[in-house]
Amino acid sequence: MLRKGADIVIETLKKEGVEVIFGIPGGAIMEVYDALYRHGGIKHILARHEQGAGHMAEGYAKATGKVGVAMATSGPGATNLVTPIADAYMDSVPVVFITGQVPTHLIGNDAFQEVDIVGITRPITKHNFLVKRIEDLPLIIRQAFYIASTGRPGPVLIDIPKDITQKLSDVSIPTDEEVRDSLPGYKPHVEGNPQQIKKAAKLIMSAKRPVLYVGGGAVQSEAQKELVELAELMKIPVTTTNMGKGAFPEDHPLALHMLGMHGTYYANMAVYNCDLLIAVGARFDDRVTGKIEEFAPQAQIIHIDIDPASISKNITVDVPIVGDVKIVLRKLIEELKEEGAKILFPKERQEWIERIESWKKNYPLRYRNSDSVIKPQYVVEQIWEATKGDAIITAGVGQHQMWAAMFYKYKFPRQFINSGGLGTMGFGFPAAIGAKIGRPEKEVFVIDGDGSFVMTMQELITAVQYKVPVKIAIINNAYLGMVRQWQELFYDRRYAEVDLSVQPDFVKLAEACGAVGFRAEKPKEVREIIEEALKIQDRPVVLDFVVDKEENVLPMVPAGKSYRDMILEDGKKAVEAETIYLVG
Amino acid sequence: MSDTVGGKNELSAIKAPLLREVKKGETRRHIISVLVRNELGVLARIATLIAGKGYNIEGLSVGETHEKGFSLMTIEVIGDDVVIEQVVKQLRKLIDTIKVRDLTDSPHVERELALIKVYTATPRARDEVLRLTEIFRGKIVDVSPDTYTVEITGDEDKISAFVELVRPFGIKEMARTGKVALEREGV
Repeated sequence: MLRKGADIVIETLKKEGVEVIFGIPGGAIMEVYDALYRHGGIKHILARHEQGAGHMAEGYAKATGKVGVAMATSGPGATNLVTPIADAYMDSVPVVFITGQVPTHLIGNDAFQEVDIVGITRPITKHNFLVKRIEDLPLIIRQAFYIASTGRPGPVLIDIPKDITQKLSDVSIPTDEEVRDSLPGYKPHVEGNPQQIKKAAKLIMSAKRPVLYVGGGAVQSEAQKELVELAELMKIPVTTTNMGKGAFPEDHPLALHMLGMHGTYYANMAVYNCDLLIAVGARFDDRVTGKIEEFAPQAQIIHIDIDPASISKNITVDVPIVGDVKIVLRKLIEELKEEGAKILFPKERQEWIERIESWKKNYPLRYRNSDSVIKPQYVVEQIWEATKGDAIITAGVGQHQMWAAMFYKYKFPRQFINSGGLGTMGFGFPAAIGAKIGRPEKEVFVIDGDGSFVMTMQELITAVQYKVPVKIAIINNAYLGMVRQWQELFYDRRYAEVDLSVQPDFVKLAEACGAVGFRAEKPKEVREIIEEALKIQDRPVVLDFVVDKEENVLPMVPAGKSYRDMILEDGKKAVEAETIYLVG
Repeated sequence: MSDTVGGKNELSAIKAPLLREVKKGETRRHIISVLVRNELGVLARIATLIAGKGYNIEGLSVGETHEKGFSLMTIEVIGDDVVIEQVVKQLRKLIDTIKVRDLTDSPHVERELALIKVYTATPRARDEVLRLTEIFRGKIVDVSPDTYTVEITGDEDKISAFVELVRPFGIKEMARTGKVALEREGV
């Protein structure tokens, strides 16, 4: 049947099962919006800035595991998507970005609202396309979804010139098989090499001090069941990265919580002293390793990852296994069960668990609470209690993000959504809107900073318009807090341009937008306003927590330093604490 | 396994922390062969990736293969072995690349073609350049009153040697194709 390119776009999106698009229309993408209007059947969320739309699509994708879709017009519409695209690339989020482009005959002419978005986004997309022929349109859209969601997921951009959306064609929508066959150079490796899995099993059985180091890949692959089974079967403690939170339940006795720059003492000491590190869907980011020469210096390393380019990138590993985390772990467990009967655990394994227990007991995550001033950590703990640990939490970037990571105990995958790789301030709130739209049955809180929130706060209007009842908990310390913390610790308290004491009245701002606003200035008010907020289910609620201005995120490993240089919450260094080095 | 070492006194005895060996590679010239789908932007994608690692492409040749829609690129790049290994892995990840190989350490044949326009205003120069061209099994492909344009094919050493030999006459212009390379088949 002959129909316009714009109709083909909507038809193909429906074929992909798209339920919602986040975007803003404009000249070059109008035909597609017209088709969306005529066809119906796909919800559209009109963001107030394309960056907001992009982060909403990411939040939706991160919360549901489905492909998010964001749409914008050419030129500034497209460039406003650049930050979310880069963010999705760094955190491997499956999002398809659709941009309008000036008509084919004007491309390269500096036409009105023209920008080479395919060129701009080439290094920050898993793949991108400029559609040159209407006949290619349905195949390209289907390829985009396939590429975005398989292997190591990531963002894919499709740039569609306006004339392509207006032309007529009777091209049919290709089948799954045709899509796969059209990409001879793209074959994600999911199975894992059996020889390598055998080798890994041997190492795991003979290790005296093993640790599992789990990243976002385990969340993507939905491998929580396998991780718990492996950890329990072999009595291996588990630390997760910021992106890996929820891949292993944090209330589990073997949970070591987060490692790295703001990791727990016990996680970092376990990694520092382990003799076998099993990296699962993690990429040895510098925020995790600190000084690479002193990262797990005594350990042999097994690295399971779907992305061969992640393996031995930052650190040389002993047993690389390329494959999907869930599938590889399942095979590894089978292998261990087969072999396990014949081999006894080294006796040191029990001592190792006990050692870690004592670290956990002596150096728990803690902070000094106060009766007079609200501590940010207290706010996060109260949100955790009030939501029974069952809410989806998103975060911006900075101190509040780390407190959200440390003091909310995550139980399930996709529960903690934040910008780990790119570190995008302003990510949290629009991502919360996307997450709530994807998971309406869940309570969704963004734990935000006063600095981060104002970067995308225009989306409050969007959340009001679509009655999205997200809770925005602003940890308001009137500073760009993380920068201030670094200035305090490493720049002799020279607080250069971090003062945010001039800011909107967030309660009035909420009201002006049609949302609800509450403020807490005393610790006892914290829980009260959270409970009030939880009663409101027809619009967003802004919670302004006026907190201790100069609270620091601790423990902390200064950038590029070793875990030995970790600063504890009492200001002591790890090497001065009763640190115990086990020499293998 | 020795027992645990704990307490402040023992700690102060530990002077240097334990160190993990970090692999560092040798910096040298690599020849990377990349079979690609001939799609819009594929060259830009590959160039962006290599430039993103801070490396300059020293030589590059691209041409269609015997199969329609597929091109073979031969890329010369000087870089650290470890980083190049990473580049190769990332090139493999690109959707439009079918096969990527670092040929540097495997037996392969490589050839390059150069066109060199040499000043030959004097009879002596014309004689000498003609003779050198014959010795190098080259061809004179264009003649003007005061220049010869010579076509030379071969490996890098051969072309460099020729260039050095004709340089005294004066080189007006020169164009090189960049290397093309194929892996050798076993006998």
